[in-house]
Amino acid sequence: MTQDELLLHLRKTIAQVLKAPYYKKRLAEVGIYYPGDVKSLEDFRKIPLTDKEALRQNYPFGLFAEPLEKMVRIHASSGTTGKPTVVGYTREDIQLWAKIVANGLRRAGITSNDVVQVAYGYGLFTGGMGLHYGCEELGALVIPISGGNTQRQLMLMRDFGSTVLCCTPSYALYLADSLEEEGMTKEDLKLRVGIFGAEPWTEQMRAEIETRLGIRALDIYGLSETMGPGVSLECLKGEGLHIDENFYPEILDKDGNVLPEGETGELVLTSFNKMGFPGLRYRTKDITSITYGSCTCGHTGWTMKRVSARVDDMLIIRGVNVFPSQIEEAILSVGGIEPHYLIVVDREGNLDTLEVQIEVNAASFNDEIRELEELQQRLQTKIHEILNIAARVRLVEPKSIPRSEGKAKRVIDKRKEKQLS
Amino acid sequence: MLQLSIFLENAQGRLADALNTLADLQVNIRALSLADTKDYGVLRIIVENPEEVAEKLRERNCVVKITQVWVLKVPDSPGGLAGQLNKLVAEGVNVEYMYGFVEKENEQAQVVLRVRDAEIMQAAMDKLALK
Repeated sequence: MTQDELLLHLRKTIAQVLKAPYYKKRLAEVGIYYPGDVKSLEDFRKIPLTDKEALRQNYPFGLFAEPLEKMVRIHASSGTTGKPTVVGYTREDIQLWAKIVANGLRRAGITSNDVVQVAYGYGLFTGGMGLHYGCEELGALVIPISGGNTQRQLMLMRDFGSTVLCCTPSYALYLADSLEEEGMTKEDLKLRVGIFGAEPWTEQMRAEIETRLGIRALDIYGLSETMGPGVSLECLKGEGLHIDENFYPEILDKDGNVLPEGETGELVLTSFNKMGFPGLRYRTKDITSITYGSCTCGHTGWTMKRVSARVDDMLIIRGVNVFPSQIEEAILSVGGIEPHYLIVVDREGNLDTLEVQIEVNAASFNDEIRELEELQQRLQTKIHEILNIAARVRLVEPKSIPRSEGKAKRVIDKRKEKQLS
Repeated sequence: MLQLSIFLENAQGRLADALNTLADLQVNIRALSLADTKDYGVLRIIVENPEEVAEKLRERNCVVKITQVWVLKVPDSPGGLAGQLNKLVAEGVNVEYMYGFVEKENEQAQVVLRVRDAEIMQAAMDKLALK
């Protein structure tokens, strides 16, 4: 896409978002009243970012750019941390979404000959229906089974000869477990590809799913605020997730500066051609990097790396960006240790300190102090290799790290507590 | 002989907690050693029915390891232990750690030995007719 074409697309999006009172106000703050006020990419980059908070403050329909009579669908987040975030679609938006998902699936080698089992949840969550419409657009045979009911999933998968499975990666592993319990093997199934997303997953998980189900496991990315699943998807080459041409990605550092190609930061998305709920510089809070180019699968444009972490999780220790997932990666790679760990960040004088407490278990415990010290040392070395900062690893007794219901608490930042007191 | 090793955090009261647990379980400790570092320690004990005790400790969330050790009677006189150890070293035995205790019945001095290679140790014990 040339610079001129890009500007044209961005102005079209601005024309559309100006119909929503929220955006009209935000754009006026930086002197943009008409699409033509954006004359360059520099002008565009002055536009304030939008985030989930804006959706909450304008609940439920404050960011809609078309009247409700033109809207045909609503999706929403679960709202576990407050009011749900609500997004709306016109008929054209639903068609556009279907085309976007279909294009991604096509690059993943899926055709009208495939039988696709959509085991993402159907409902307010975008996963199920997003994949459903995309597969129909492609002409594939869809089994709209939704999530859960595992025995039934396996029975239909075998009887209907499903070739493609769409669900969360953790559910794919659960299905693999259940397959064995039901006395079936992967040879009883015709599965060949899995489209997995809606939660972060690792390369280890990919390898495990691929081996146990005998398929290619591909990553799909999206969020309801910008459309739903299909914003990007891996092709069979497996060199990153191709971003659909209807989205304009930017990677920003923590101060909001746009970073050059290949550098890691927060993904910010602007949508093209979306009417009901257009997105302008929406903060995804997901950390990745992007590159521009073409792929042998036919994709031209932006490609992003797998999302490894969220902005919310990021710690800055001695000026270095640290994600708990990196520490988890270090622990897993040393092996023998179940990852029950706690990261404690503190400050001594003017220096940040990083301590990683790891629970010793039957597999990692050795009667000889020398062996325990070696384990501690290996962990420290690995963390240093990955983060480039020194950490103190402390082996602690099992169950000594507090458990919480739901998401585990992995980080204690004592620097914040000190600031508050 | 089987020995139990228990992982303990180096925090106030942890050793007492562990010993209280053993008391609750009616376990009599015949020999004991505590190896410690700044952060943690390993409590090594010789008890009756080690496997049973280990299981009960695991139920109480202790990390326990069962290791094979040798108990060696040594002459209770200057150079007694050195003499025994020299013979074992000559047979290729590599000692990881050891600790001593006195058996109360006949005031016999004894040491618990943990070695690198169990087979070499067993061969040496057989050859030297030690026990």
